[in-house]
Amino acid sequence: MNILNLEGTEDTPKILLDKQNKVFELSGRSLPEDSAEFFQPVLDWLEQYKDNPNDDTPFLFKLEYFNTASSKLILDILSKLEEVEGANVVWFFHEDDEDMEEAGEEFSELVDVPFDFKTY
Amino acid sequence: MKYIYDLHKTMLTKNLILVYEGEFTQEITKSVLAMAERNMDSFGEESGIKRKVFNVMVECLQNICKHSESFNVEVYGKNNAIFMIGKQEDEYFITSGNAILAENVDSMAEKLTNINKLDKDGLKSLYKEIIRNGSLSEKGGAGLGFVDMARKSGKKLVFDFEPINQELAFFSLKTTIPRI
Repeated sequence: MNILNLEGTEDTPKILLDKQNKVFELSGRSLPEDSAEFFQPVLDWLEQYKDNPNDDTPFLFKLEYFNTASSKLILDILSKLEEVEGANVVWFFHEDDEDMEEAGEEFSELVDVPFDFKTY
Repeated sequence: MKYIYDLHKTMLTKNLILVYEGEFTQEITKSVLAMAERNMDSFGEESGIKRKVFNVMVECLQNICKHSESFNVEVYGKNNAIFMIGKQEDEYFITSGNAILAENVDSMAEKLTNINKLDKDGLKSLYKEIIRNGSLSEKGGAGLGFVDMARKSGKKLVFDFEPINQELAFFSLKTTIPRI
């Protein structure tokens, strides 16, 4: 399966989805002008991946900041992960960033995917 | 030329650290954010406060990009608006002013009034309700901006509408981030 690899910019996150090397990661800042358009490739990738996933899929969110329009798309990604057997979320937050910790907790309450929380 | 001195004095007495007036785009948003970040870094602002200010700024600036009307596109450009950040001993305030359609004043006032009635838990529930049931608008907004600003602030959102003409009204919004 093809690798989705987007370099991060000052307003879009770094994205790496690589089935073969078992890397599923979204990190950095997310405040794109058009969040639906920006995240569509991620949703498309997961749509294809869910039909033949790895045994486990640890999906790492290591976000420094995301805006409200991105939060809607993050929920869409998480909803897509619900359909991936063996998927779990690893939600990273900076140790003094309570808002990011709380955001992760809220997402974990909205979807049926196991969440692990880690600080960095 | 005295207005230059007057404007300078006004900025000092109102503790404004950044004022931008003009067209709003994603590129401008990024520049304004970078300037404000650099400014806060220059006096070593605490990272938690910086994050909250950044957060409120983004929602505020992107609201303007998406929803601001222009008095006169040919003269002032698209999404013409004013955006300001002030810093006092105990708080930051993020202020914006832009034209909106007069017909939207009532619904916006109602939305903001409702948000201001909610406490921390109420805002959290409203946020979850909107994100769960809402979809992105045509303009790409999630309808969560004001709720998020209120949550990050922990204070009431201060707002006002001034009539401009039959079609337009001037919408002012002030969000406070405590520094302690």
